[in-house]
Amino acid sequence: MMDSPRTPDLTLSPALSRHTRPRRPSALSCSLTFFWRVMLKIKHIPEQMFDVVAYPVMFLVLFTYIFGGAIAGSTTEYLQFILPGILAINVIFITIYTGLGILNDIKKGVFDRFRSLPIWQPSFLVGALLGDTVRYAVASILVILLGLAMGFRPDGGTLGVVWATLLLLAFSFCLSWAWISLGLVMRTPESLMAMSMVILFPLSFLTNVLVPVETMPGWLQALVNVNPITHLVAAMRELMFAEPLSASIGWVALSCALLLLVFGPLSVRLYRRKR
Amino acid sequence: MATSSSLAIEAHGLVKLFGSVRAVDGIDLAVPPGGVYGFLGPNGAGKTTTIRMLATLLPPDAGTAKVFGQCVVREAKAVRSRVSLTGQFASVDEDLTGIENLVLLARLLGHSWSQARARGMELLEAFGLSEAAARQVKTYSGGMRRRLDIAASIVVTPDLIFLDEPTSGLDPHSRNEVWGIVRALVAQGTTVLLTTQHLEEADHLADRIGIIDRGKIIAEGTAGELKTLSGSGSLHVRLRDPGCRVEAMALLGRHLGVPVTPESDPAGLSTRLDDTERASAALDVLAAAGIQVVSFSFGLPSLDEVFLSLTGNQAEGGANSGGAT
Ligand SMILES: Nc1ncnc2c1ncn2[C@@H]1O[C@H](COP(=O)(O)OP(=O)(O)O)[C@@H](O)[C@H]1O
Ligand SMILES: [Mg+2]
Repeated sequence: MMDSPRTPDLTLSPALSRHTRPRRPSALSCSLTFFWRVMLKIKHIPEQMFDVVAYPVMFLVLFTYIFGGAIAGSTTEYLQFILPGILAINVIFITIYTGLGILNDIKKGVFDRFRSLPIWQPSFLVGALLGDTVRYAVASILVILLGLAMGFRPDGGTLGVVWATLLLLAFSFCLSWAWISLGLVMRTPESLMAMSMVILFPLSFLTNVLVPVETMPGWLQALVNVNPITHLVAAMRELMFAEPLSASIGWVALSCALLLLVFGPLSVRLYRRKR
Repeated sequence: MATSSSLAIEAHGLVKLFGSVRAVDGIDLAVPPGGVYGFLGPNGAGKTTTIRMLATLLPPDAGTAKVFGQCVVREAKAVRSRVSLTGQFASVDEDLTGIENLVLLARLLGHSWSQARARGMELLEAFGLSEAAARQVKTYSGGMRRRLDIAASIVVTPDLIFLDEPTSGLDPHSRNEVWGIVRALVAQGTTVLLTTQHLEEADHLADRIGIIDRGKIIAEGTAGELKTLSGSGSLHVRLRDPGCRVEAMALLGRHLGVPVTPESDPAGLSTRLDDTERASAALDVLAAAGIQVVSFSFGLPSLDEVFLSLTGNQAEGGANSGGAT
């Protein structure tokens, strides 16, 4: 009567006596396991890919057809100019969701369990980021395919486009660490979202994304030229159109290294101290 | 008494503050390995906070704690490899399926993919969840979720398992299933520290009980020891005629010199007495006055009464204790 017929001790006992512990998995193995978890989440809740799909399409179509005629005289010509930039800010906007996702995950009970495991703790963050990089890649591919359909004809060919996209993904991966730090500091998803927008809007639009830098007043040019996103977009254009590489790609690499060096360890510190 | 090196849990003066709230306010613990140690206390007493400190999730603000002789702060990783935690709120991933949750944990504990899957299926089978293996956990009932929760905690059987209110919100059938699992775990040599708000649960499962209130352990011992702590037993009497209750209460109060309280049964009353002789005297008094008694019992106080006498508060869950056993 006491023990339910569905869980008799007879079947339970052997399952309960697995005291031998396999060898502790490596940091990489744990990160990949957490990456697998993110992939499972996408499989079970495909709706979460909505923002990844909807925004890029919206941005590209709206900007090309609204500004195209006025700024470049023709939409096809403007598309050649704007696509690398739209691609970049699309993906960069999606990076906000990394911080958001981690903030939401941490509030759940399952997070306590992960934290009580004898693993390299930051592998949870690395896995989440690897998963998000897949989302960034999906958004990138979408924008590029749509662009090609609309008349985007990059001189750099497939290879140029691939390199430009990889550069963007690397930059986004590094930038995401900043949102993770922010996500670990902020208390609510709303405040995190608001804060990220306040930072991202000027960062995305004080750039060469929509118009060439030369058309801006001098003081604005100075500002735009220190923005890492300006350099990222410049380098992406150079790669996509097989132009000679300027110093921009170096600045991108430097920004990546700085973001990673500052926010990587900071995120790990904040994460370890969480609650 | 066990020496300090052989204790499963040893804590001295554990303190945790949240702002000005002293969530845990100087807790000492000495839990020997094997068996179940029960933390009994009302909501907000500090049970979860204490468990989180012992499971290395929360650094104490003062005091020390060792698990199997290893410090929960300085040797956290070593402690983590011997304990596992089943949190108060579902500590599995709602969006994933049952098997995915177990494979995830098995992978994180170092199993290969194929071992992880085999271990996951074995646990689901043992816990009666095979049919729900491929369903998302959010579709599970409360009892299924709890069983999966515990299964997730024993992918590698820990030496010490923390179960934070493992039966809260469960129907009696599911609760009995969890009780069965706890007993099976103990039989396999795992030490269990469980928290509960239910006196009945602590009485049933725990070898030793610590009663915790407002961040302090206010009493500690076996269920039997705690029952004698309050110093007196109680006499329960049921009268044939509920109409006589007022008269009977007045009579007993006068003759015994102790307060007499009515029970929820309109014909029932009870009183505190410290020996059986006075209990039989009380029955004589009623018989002499011509008041008929249908039944009576004299016994040690329930844990409910112990809690009441220790804290002056009614413990939560006290109202429905004494249910199915
Ligand atoms: N993260 C937290 N921040 C602030 N206060 C907390 C936090 N966790 C618990 N508390 C407070 O600490 C006290 C003890 O809580 P808890 O350990 O959860 O009790 P129990 O598990 O016994 O119900 C309560 O007053 C609760 O409000
Ligand atoms: Mg609690």
